[in-house]
Amino acid sequence: MKRLVVVGNGMAGVACVEHILKQNPEFEITIFGDETHVNYNRIMLSLVLAGEKAADEIVLNDVEWYRSNNIRTRLGVKIARIDRNARMVIDEEGQGTPYDKLILATGSNAFIPPIPGVDKENVHVFRTLDDTHALMAKARKGLKTVVIGGGLLGLEAARGLQVRGCDVTVIHLADSLMERQLDATGGEYLKRRIEGLGIRVMLPRQTAALFGNGQVDGLRFATGEEIEAELVVIAAGIKPNAELGRGAGIEVNRGIVVNDFMETSDPDIFAVGECTEHRGQTFGLVAPLFDQARVLAATITGNRGPVFSAAAPAAKLKIMGVDIFSAGSIDEKEPGVEVVRYEDPALGAYKKLLIKDNRLHGMILVGDVEDEQIYLDWMRSGTDLAPLRRQLLFPPAALDLGLEVADMPDSETICGCNGVRKGEIIQAIHAHGITTMGQLKKRTKASTSCGTCAGLCQKLLRAVAPDFQEETKTTLCACVPFSYERLREIVRGQKLKSVEEVLAIYGNRKGCEVCKPALSYMLDMLWCGDHEEDRSARFINDRVHANIQKDGTFSVVPRMRGGVTSPDELRRIADVADKYQIPMVKVTGSQRIDLLGVKKADLPAVWRDLGMPSGQAYTKGVRMVKTCVGTEFCRFGVQDSTSTGIELEERLENLFTPHKFKMGVVGCPRNCAEATVKDLGLIGQDGSWQVVVGGAAGKSVRKADLLVTVETRQEALEASELFFQYYRENGNYLERSYDFVGRLGIEKIRKETVYAPEEEKQKLLHRLRQSKALSRDAWLERDQPANATQFVQIQAMETVREGQLV
Amino acid sequence: MIRERNWTKITRIENIPPREGRPVKIGDLEIAIFNLNGRFLTIENACPHKGGPLCDGIVTGTAVVCPLHGRHFDLETGLPVRAAEPSCLAVFPTRVEDGIILVDIEGGHRVTEADAA
Repeated sequence: MKRLVVVGNGMAGVACVEHILKQNPEFEITIFGDETHVNYNRIMLSLVLAGEKAADEIVLNDVEWYRSNNIRTRLGVKIARIDRNARMVIDEEGQGTPYDKLILATGSNAFIPPIPGVDKENVHVFRTLDDTHALMAKARKGLKTVVIGGGLLGLEAARGLQVRGCDVTVIHLADSLMERQLDATGGEYLKRRIEGLGIRVMLPRQTAALFGNGQVDGLRFATGEEIEAELVVIAAGIKPNAELGRGAGIEVNRGIVVNDFMETSDPDIFAVGECTEHRGQTFGLVAPLFDQARVLAATITGNRGPVFSAAAPAAKLKIMGVDIFSAGSIDEKEPGVEVVRYEDPALGAYKKLLIKDNRLHGMILVGDVEDEQIYLDWMRSGTDLAPLRRQLLFPPAALDLGLEVADMPDSETICGCNGVRKGEIIQAIHAHGITTMGQLKKRTKASTSCGTCAGLCQKLLRAVAPDFQEETKTTLCACVPFSYERLREIVRGQKLKSVEEVLAIYGNRKGCEVCKPALSYMLDMLWCGDHEEDRSARFINDRVHANIQKDGTFSVVPRMRGGVTSPDELRRIADVADKYQIPMVKVTGSQRIDLLGVKKADLPAVWRDLGMPSGQAYTKGVRMVKTCVGTEFCRFGVQDSTSTGIELEERLENLFTPHKFKMGVVGCPRNCAEATVKDLGLIGQDGSWQVVVGGAAGKSVRKADLLVTVETRQEALEASELFFQYYRENGNYLERSYDFVGRLGIEKIRKETVYAPEEEKQKLLHRLRQSKALSRDAWLERDQPANATQFVQIQAMETVREGQLV
Repeated sequence: MIRERNWTKITRIENIPPREGRPVKIGDLEIAIFNLNGRFLTIENACPHKGGPLCDGIVTGTAVVCPLHGRHFDLETGLPVRAAEPSCLAVFPTRVEDGIILVDIEGGHRVTEADAA
């Protein structure tokens, strides 16, 4: 067996080893990695920093992969030099490992500009998983953070840190951001978007020095201007890590020089990845490196033949909501290049296509990247655009790739991030009986990075897999295609405070009757009421605080806590019914009185005359607490259910919930107020209270589960509050408590509410109190309407006549 | 041809909040005027399904969703968004002058299927 040593355990080196293994080679393989981690997807580090992925989610090859392929793995070991005569690599401890063939896949290092002060404490680079963890450990709310470098990596780092609460400024040497991928106009659109997220951008700025006593305190620019900084991240580019090659005396310029077969000047030494230089070019994006890996695998296994040629680069910014795509040549001064351009400042959209000889030569897409796959396909396949000239900027649906996926050659790369080709995907589908996207991702790694090719993979899967299954999605709706859980993270992490903002950044900008009320609820809950309420995003009931009826009139249910009323209240209700000619007055199933058939314009006056607070009978919120007369009057009562119910209602009223929330309190187990079929019930027993949750007596009937049994009324009320807030935070919009309890299981809910660590309980209660403090009786809008015509019928002013061509 | 167009001055633009609608009664006709972020569109107010007040609906893009049973209608054309819906609504020419919304009440028209195609 020949000994193959790979120095470098990153994406290019390991991808190459994967290809070598597929050819069943006679190699005994050793991989050295100076990082202590298994091979992970480096381009996903920004998502780890932003908290969108966990570190273990970006692992590409787990320990089991190395083991099952009999690869000797030496992690955390740095190779110091190569002894070409002895054909050995020697590590920093002086230990030698012999090779027959050697692959250098040492990658690149962060380029640190020669600025005084870069060695100060709290100055970081952002290149490895360890760098990422270090930044995550330092990031905190309000930390003054400066990112040097406005390229892909710098912007992604900036966003990741900002999402963690840092106060981030990006400074950049050039006049515009991402100037290697974008033109000045595209850079300006990008800048606006980045600033819109709350990140400061300063350009052009040349950093002259970092100052501070030991720790960094700030930056001084060449102009003398200074800014404060407690954390500095340098993302000024990368340089090939070619030292080993240089030391060994093989040909090295900026990188280790390789030919079209990935051979270096030593016949037994090969190189792959960012450490290489091919025809004068070095590399920083991942796609060409996978091609290199494939070529080198062929060369080294005795199938020398395939040659590497650097394809047109494509770059995509991985910041959610900031859509940037650039590919090919963006030099519009190149002879023979025509430019087709479109921009819409209101939409923040900019498209620029560079066309040469009727072929797509390059493109810049900002804000609207929907068609990137179509364009990329045009560019890579050299499609003749002459017949498509009228549709260049908005390729019609008929040109959708779905129809063309069948026509793509098997060699076409589908997933640029992980270098997966169409042929490999089809093979995997057949070989492993893949039927879902999840299985496809696991087997092929396609679509596991930026996700751009998900649509394409889906289409391919649908076309090829005989038993294709659409994955059941729990996304909120097509307008904002994220799960509730994910959306809560996004809204919290990205500090989004209005429905319009969420829809603009993470949605289709339109929203619909499904997602708008759901997002309204989510924002109110997450920010404990401290958000920008958007009435237009709410159902009519929540715009006018009454329940719309089949004829467009409304019903009015005043709050009657615990179902207890008084002669005075009843008289006022009767007077209101007379005065406003209310067609029906009805006792509800919730121990309250409903006034039906009220005109919208009459609502404020009705409320005023009633002089009672809103019963929230129209909304997804706290409805009521139904009670029995308990120890007050009942000869069987063992607990004071009436006043306990009233107190419970007072503590929770005016708050919103994922779905309506009904409660009951009974003074003995006879359960006269039906507490066991309520969303939350308190059952008085001799000397204790049972707190039960998730009951239902609607479309389905479900007996509530016991949450906890406690001794005192105060404990019972606190347990109620804990469950209530927990449901508010974890329930999906329109999910009743009985579905919620069924979904999570009562054990989990107990563990995370009444049996949670004291600190967690206090946090839940604190958020509930915060929300409660900002909540108010909605009917007070009778005197302070949300807008001038909230209830008022608009009267036309006058008619003017004029002649006009029609 | 030239016909005299009767523009009815309705109300100041700020009386219709962004992405909301308001009903206006003129004689026997009830219209709903919507503010699509500064662009004003007018449609018959009563949903052809069961007469629901469209003015109270949630706006999605250029369509409104009836608050009673969720029928969608396009505010630009009055056409139901889902082809299977039975009938369409009249839309009325609307413009803004000096911050006041004007509607041509007599200019209301239904888009026929031939027009739509």
